Amino acid sequence: MKEIKVLGSGCSKCIKTADLIQLIADDCGISVMVIKEANPEVIMNYGVMSTPAVVVDDKLMHSGSIPDKKKIETWLK
Amino acid sequence: MLSIFTKFSDWLVYSVLGFLPGSKLGGAVHFFIEDVTKIFFLLIVMIYVIALIRASLNVERIRDFLAGKNRFFSYIMGSLFGAITPFCSCSSIPVFLGFTSAGIPVGITMSFLLTSPLINEVAVLLLLSLVGWEVTMIYVAIGMAVGVAGGIFLDLIRAEKLLQPFALKAYQSAPASNGEPNINTKLSMLERHEFAKIELLDILDRVWKWVFIGVGLGAALHGFVPELWFEDNLGSGQWWSVPLAVIAGIPLYSNATGVIPVMESLIIKGLPLGTTLAFCMSTVAASFPEFILLKQVMTWKLLAIIFVLLLASFTILGWLVNIIYVI
Repeated sequence: MKEIKVLGSGCSKCIKTADLIQLIADDCGISVMVIKEANPEVIMNYGVMSTPAVVVDDKLMHSGSIPDKKKIETWLK
Repeated sequence: MLSIFTKFSDWLVYSVLGFLPGSKLGGAVHFFIEDVTKIFFLLIVMIYVIALIRASLNVERIRDFLAGKNRFFSYIMGSLFGAITPFCSCSSIPVFLGFTSAGIPVGITMSFLLTSPLINEVAVLLLLSLVGWEVTMIYVAIGMAVGVAGGIFLDLIRAEKLLQPFALKAYQSAPASNGEPNINTKLSMLERHEFAKIELLDILDRVWKWVFIGVGLGAALHGFVPELWFEDNLGSGQWWSVPLAVIAGIPLYSNATGVIPVMESLIIKGLPLGTTLAFCMSTVAASFPEFILLKQVMTWKLLAIIFVLLLASFTILGWLVNIIYVI
């Protein structure tokens, strides 16, 4: 199972991002674990300055905006 | 060009809705309609155009630029970048830590963070269209002065010692950041358009309610506070009126977009410029919700120092403007 972390200090866009990923994964029938990570120290250690950011299996894939659907699908595959 | 919005409001308020010209309510409704239509028109056009130009500028590039630059120059650049990059307060923590862990001194980072809420393209635009270029220049100068002076002061008192331990450690072990070059330095027109579109929707989503609140308050002041009330009571720039205005701004919280229509109204009613600016900047910058956010990376002591620093600089600059700039 993929572990997907959404980094962000609880802003509305971060919540939307996490929901969107979960939704797309459910649609494709892929089981994922979506975690919302708000700890500033953890966010810093990924070197992220613009949130929301997405980390898939401990690898930073995206930062600064709500990712689009296509991008999310490629991460899930 | 912008007089079209005055004419539109004349037509709508006095002809269609039938308000009496010169009545209190009519004046307030007119102010509201004129400002709301004008502001939304300007916001949509200008945010889009500016975002097209700014598409390739991001915080990562700013960090790389600020790291390892000449000290004094960096405060000014930090403040300048703060002015031209809009970002929502929820990003201030990651940005703060990103700068700090790249070894950028706390003062320079704070020059960036203090200027950022005060000045942005939306604020400058509204100021230009509502209160004219002279006041706009003074506003921008004060905003940047607060950022630069605040930053220098914080480095003089070695503010990094008052960070939360993990942030201090990150600063001391810099450069820890992975110096990955930025990918999106060259953007196609289509990518710029996409960026500008997202940016426009994002900013509108964030500020639209402030426009209504701000213009609503401005309109109420405009219609119902007697002409020259401020001028009669506070017009000679009594020294105590400036600190009072700053303190009055603390519990009020607004962003720059919401406060500028209020500022317009206060100036029209004859409140001295320095007092008005002090009040508005205090409303925008000295807000508790954002300060509580910074607690994640700073100790209470540092937060208190920054808070007092802001209040003191708004007061001093308000006094200066009242002395220099007598309307």
